[in-house]
Amino acid sequence: MSLIEVRGLERTFVVRRKSGRVTRERHEVRAVHDLDFSVEAGEMVGYIGPNGAGKSTTIKMLTGILVPTGGHLRVAGLEPSRRRTELARRIGVVFGQRTTLWWDLPLRDSFQLLQKIYRIPDDRFRGNLAEFVELLDLGDLLATPVRQLSLGQRMRGDIAAALLHDPEILYLDEPTIGLDVVSKGRLREFLRTLNQERGTTLLLTTHDLQDIEALCRRVIVIDHGTAVFDGPLEQLHLQGGSTRTLVVDLVDEAAPIQVPGAETRRVEGPRQWLSFPSDASAAPIVAAVAAAYDVADLSIHEPAIEDVIRDLYTQ
Amino acid sequence: MAESQTVTAVRGYRDIAIMWTRASMAYRASFWMMAVSSFVIGGLDFVGIWIMFSAVDSLGGFDLAEIAFLYGATGLGLAIADMFVGRIERLGQMVRLGKLDVMMVRPVPLLAQVCADEFALRRFARVAQTGLIFGIGCAYVDWSPTKVLLAAVMIVSGAAIFFAVFVGFACLQFWTADSSEVANAFTYGGNTMTQYPLTIYPQELVKTLTFVFPLAFVNWYPSLYILDRPDPFGLPEWLQFASPVAALLLLAAAALVWRTGVRHYTSTGS
Repeated sequence: MSLIEVRGLERTFVVRRKSGRVTRERHEVRAVHDLDFSVEAGEMVGYIGPNGAGKSTTIKMLTGILVPTGGHLRVAGLEPSRRRTELARRIGVVFGQRTTLWWDLPLRDSFQLLQKIYRIPDDRFRGNLAEFVELLDLGDLLATPVRQLSLGQRMRGDIAAALLHDPEILYLDEPTIGLDVVSKGRLREFLRTLNQERGTTLLLTTHDLQDIEALCRRVIVIDHGTAVFDGPLEQLHLQGGSTRTLVVDLVDEAAPIQVPGAETRRVEGPRQWLSFPSDASAAPIVAAVAAAYDVADLSIHEPAIEDVIRDLYTQ
Repeated sequence: MAESQTVTAVRGYRDIAIMWTRASMAYRASFWMMAVSSFVIGGLDFVGIWIMFSAVDSLGGFDLAEIAFLYGATGLGLAIADMFVGRIERLGQMVRLGKLDVMMVRPVPLLAQVCADEFALRRFARVAQTGLIFGIGCAYVDWSPTKVLLAAVMIVSGAAIFFAVFVGFACLQFWTADSSEVANAFTYGGNTMTQYPLTIYPQELVKTLTFVFPLAFVNWYPSLYILDRPDPFGLPEWLQFASPVAALLLLAAAALVWRTGVRHYTSTGS
């Protein structure tokens, strides 16, 4: 049995809209429908999709916050909405946009309260705390009230808080949102270590393709409430028929560049944009361009996740 | 299973409440100022009734000591309920801020976490103040063992009835974001009504407070027995012992509404 089992999952919301002076029309909005996937213990899965695609709704059903309106759902063998408090001991949740810590308490007190709430044995608590303080560099922050922490500091605190009770699964909802590049990098490093050393299963939603590239071999793309792709990241690029872009700055203005394997999409003065399939190597194209033209500068742009998903969906 | 749920709820509540108390003790002076002012302001309320009695000898056929007993009994019930579960009136705000989602993924029953959130020990001032007035009322009672037992049952049932009302009406906030005023009308409003002998109200209202919305069981019916009064409305005497039944019925109704509310909870957009 898989750690997470999702079959035909559905969640509809009832929205009432004004349709007349006093009458209100009842609409059903399907936030998630016909969703199927399963996650094995120890996997790191990226769960991505545009805003409003149903990512958070899915996470909320997986954690038991929302009751599904249809389908089958098991996490660690439990039905989340019915066994919510029991499941809570086995999962950790990090909500990127809100803290799970107590706003007015120093970080240390928040951690101590969590020890009580989760009934974590003393030695395990001390061991975990010491390790996370070290790895997440929280040492100087333990006495600071949460409201005085910066976003990045708070996020690290939140992650430590979600892990003190050794959860089997860690859900991260937009964990790197608003963080600077250095903090993002350190966070990814930490999550990778966590997965390797403790075998924690990770499911993360994100807008940031680099999070996925750094962490997840597998991605699930959700759009309009259902999975449109489930597989390895490299395959996502292929399936989406996505393209990379070679930006060429020529010394002088010229007619659109013509080289095999690439298409010129745009010309603006001496700058030209060439697109080529993501699975093709850039080297021969760069070589061909450099051989035929006077090139001042070159750069290659990876497709943005939004574009890949858009392509995937319009196919 | 039900047993251990209750234990985790109580234990979780205690841990969270202790933590908030410790945090508030960081501002000791502020804690005492708030507590003392709450004690005094609450007390002034009864001083008003006392002053009224310099002009009249009885109110609805009850003298000042008996009014103190009625006033203290309902006030104490409400103060205890308010101290332990009053925070639930902020449920709508917890929903909006996403705090409820966070609580839902912790292994302590949700209701205990909601009630314990930002637990304020200074609310004990109200318990002390209403308890003092109840104590004064008690001093004039002609006690018997049955009456002592009934008085204890009355306070516990009264707190339980207000607890149920707090919880039941707070659940409206699962559907309509800001309906805390509705709950206030029934808790604080109900408390204000039952502070006075029900003989000052029309019979229809008393029947409503007995059979429809049983706040009369918070203090009125058991007090009639304790104060050796026949029922002025001629209602059966067994009602004077029925407070625990009313409390259990209301608690069951509140639990049902709470469960329904949680299962219909739709969280916020993000």
